[in-house]
Amino acid sequence: MPQKHVVAKAADITPGHKLVAKVGNRDIAVFNVDGEFYGLANTCPHEGGPLCEGFITGIALSAGPNDYRIERKGEFIRCPWHGWEFDIRTGQSWCDPKSVRARQFNVRVAHGDELVQGPYVAETLKVEKDGDYLVIEL
Amino acid sequence: MKLTKTGAIDCDMHVNVPSVRTLMPYMSDYWQDQIATRYIDRSSFAHMSYPARSPLSGRKDWRPADGPLKGIPGGGLADVQANLLDRFNLGMAVCNVIHGSNSLFNEDMGAEFCKAINIWMARAFLDKDPRLRASIAVHAQNPQLAVEEIERCAGDKRFVAVLLPLMGDSPLGRRIYWPIYEAAQRHGLAIAVHAGSTYRWPLSGVGFGSYQIEDYVHMGAQFENLIVSFLAEGVFAKYPDLKLVCMESGFTFIPTLMWRANKTWRGVRAEVPWIDEPPAEIIRRHVRFTLQPVDAPRDERILKRILEQIDCDDLLLFSSDYPHWQFDGDDILPDGLPEHLIRQIAIENPLAAFPRLAAAATISDALAGSAT
Amino acid sequence: MNAPTTTLSADGKSGEKLMLADCDIHPIQKPGELNPYLSVRWREHMATFGPHVRQGLAERIAWPRMMASGQRVDCYPPEGGPPGSSYEMLRDQHLDPNGIEHGMLIALSKGGMEERNQDFAAALMHATNQWQKDHWCDRDPRLHAGIVVNSEDPVTAVKEIELRAPDKAFKQIITSARTNEPLGRRRFWPVFAAAQETGLPIGLHPQAHPGGAPSTGLGWPSYYMQEHFTFTTASEPVAISLVMEGVFEQFPNLKIAMIEAGFSWAPILAWRMDRIWERMRKEVPHVKRPPSEYLKEHFWFATQPMEEPENPQDLLDIFDWVGWDRLMYSSDYPHWDYDDPRFVLRVKLDDGKKRKLFRDNAVALYGLE
Ligand code: FES
Repeated sequence: MPQKHVVAKAADITPGHKLVAKVGNRDIAVFNVDGEFYGLANTCPHEGGPLCEGFITGIALSAGPNDYRIERKGEFIRCPWHGWEFDIRTGQSWCDPKSVRARQFNVRVAHGDELVQGPYVAETLKVEKDGDYLVIEL
Repeated sequence: MKLTKTGAIDCDMHVNVPSVRTLMPYMSDYWQDQIATRYIDRSSFAHMSYPARSPLSGRKDWRPADGPLKGIPGGGLADVQANLLDRFNLGMAVCNVIHGSNSLFNEDMGAEFCKAINIWMARAFLDKDPRLRASIAVHAQNPQLAVEEIERCAGDKRFVAVLLPLMGDSPLGRRIYWPIYEAAQRHGLAIAVHAGSTYRWPLSGVGFGSYQIEDYVHMGAQFENLIVSFLAEGVFAKYPDLKLVCMESGFTFIPTLMWRANKTWRGVRAEVPWIDEPPAEIIRRHVRFTLQPVDAPRDERILKRILEQIDCDDLLLFSSDYPHWQFDGDDILPDGLPEHLIRQIAIENPLAAFPRLAAAATISDALAGSAT
Repeated sequence: MNAPTTTLSADGKSGEKLMLADCDIHPIQKPGELNPYLSVRWREHMATFGPHVRQGLAERIAWPRMMASGQRVDCYPPEGGPPGSSYEMLRDQHLDPNGIEHGMLIALSKGGMEERNQDFAAALMHATNQWQKDHWCDRDPRLHAGIVVNSEDPVTAVKEIELRAPDKAFKQIITSARTNEPLGRRRFWPVFAAAQETGLPIGLHPQAHPGGAPSTGLGWPSYYMQEHFTFTTASEPVAISLVMEGVFEQFPNLKIAMIEAGFSWAPILAWRMDRIWERMRKEVPHVKRPPSEYLKEHFWFATQPMEEPENPQDLLDIFDWVGWDRLMYSSDYPHWDYDDPRFVLRVKLDDGKKRKLFRDNAVALYGLE
């Protein structure tokens, strides 16, 4: 039976920001991209770097040498170790989308009303009736 | 092992210019005057990368024992025919002239030498044997002059590539050289980068070593640097039809080159965003390697593993590297080369690497006979 | 390849916990930390003139790194100072969680290895060596120092080696692979003599400044992608030089550890050298045996940055060809291309091979028991 884990107040992660949520013994990087929330395993699928400590960026693209542009600003996380780029929305690696992907976790926004009826797990914060919370079911 | 197939295409063989005087008739009045009065014709233009009497530069039995070409590695047309073309029943062979003039600092003089070499090549070899093809010698120090020479030669379809020395003034991927690649692509010429240095720089990243053997060993790693230069600078993104043929490079480094290029790319992709696929794929599409030398032990299992790691049958091009001493007797192929690959290396890959060969091949009886 | 196919037992899963040796850890000084080890003259020199290396930028490398100045982003100490300057951070991020039993320190920064002013270089190396001992080795017996020397100045280098060698904190001699001339040339031989005399291996590690020659034989690279590649292609020439100059005929007990130099080139280079030596050996009569034999006998290779073949199994061929007793795990902590021991291998190794690679080879080379 999956459990509802309340990991943060929605307001704690403003657009363009991220934090690491502890769910059981798992670290999950939670991102706010333009008001939508996404969760990725904080362990990089390459060599285990802590993804959430990397840079939130766009993707550098080019039509050829000496042409540079950044697209999809804020939609990628660059691993703090070897710099691999992952699409925050899908967890896919830009360079190897087919076989390298950071594990995804669904992050849902739930209102305090709904949550206080339980059952839920909130390890580090107190859930109150009003306010929006981020919930990961696991 | 021996080559049993007839009609193979030798993608890297050499002829040596016997003397500066050989070239003078093809030079302008001014340069003839300069060469004569400065005594430029009185000593050889043997290349430091291939010292004339060094064992590597010429197999003993491929140096004429007497006559006007005595001792010159590879001899002249008759020697090439007897030792190479007839002996191995070749369909075609691409001649590359490695001439010391590519190290001259005076780029006008260098370009004049290239022009003379190309005319001499056409008259003394290409006109005399329909199996022969050649690379266009250019003085890379001045890309504009190089392009002029390419344009001058391009009408002659027997020239199938542009020849550049591996180590010159700057890594060859750099944008300053792109006019050469533009011209090559436009004319369907491959870019043939051949082992050797103009000694503008030490041959390694740590300065000059002491021995000739070191200079030659260095070439392998420097070919890796060359390919990384082409990748990083985006040459193939800019010129998608271009083929880079690494000549006398060795090929056993290809797997580790591809792995490292792929790995590095994942971390530095944003620096060179025009690389939009794994570099190994770009290498497999655009870069070719001539067969000799085979830098592997005489152990079929190892060669087989390397070929499996390369994982692409398109990359290797048959070559003798005549008259350089890479093999003994008639063992022109490394032991253990699988049969299907021999056919591909000997004929199909060369035709694909040098588009101009294919055009010629459709009218070449010798090849039509052998390709069946 | 999402899940690592091999994890070391840092998590205790496979029963007995394999403790590791890490052959490449980079400690660096906190600001001012070296000052107590420098005379007034050199403190003032450092403050007034600063480093003098063979490149156009005085305070950084001319190919800007891709990640956070070439460091793991998560290694910047919260209290300030550069990555690698916090012992606690090294302990908590790497030594403890990864079960590092032996960590070989490679003190690149301010060790004077690539400094042109030879007296300044001498002061720096002397200071850095004492600082390694005081700040790292004395604090944690897992950490082993390397005697950093500027091999461009062999006389001073030898003095420093002789001074430090009796101290068991020092397990090797560290010098730059990016010298002004290839390291096999005779002017460097006093350093080899001292190494052989003291029984210490020589660890070669570039400090990342050019040695004076362009980092490729083709000329200067444009991009960091190329420069990064030269960590392998400019390391090969060092091996070529040592072999072809006959260094190992002269110093038959000399041991060389190539660190952050790659390793998969070694067998290929060995094959190439052997083939050419067959034809050219008269030029180098002092190279008495096939060059591959010297490479096999005298060289060890730290594994970082690990190869990641398209087919992970291909790595085993390379390990076979290099030799299972010659490869030593290294992390390169805290640099961006760090290799994590839990995930660095994507192939399964039997326990014996794993032990050699992750521990025993280094223990044997450096005498770490
Ligand atoms: S650990 Fe994330 S890119 Fe390597």
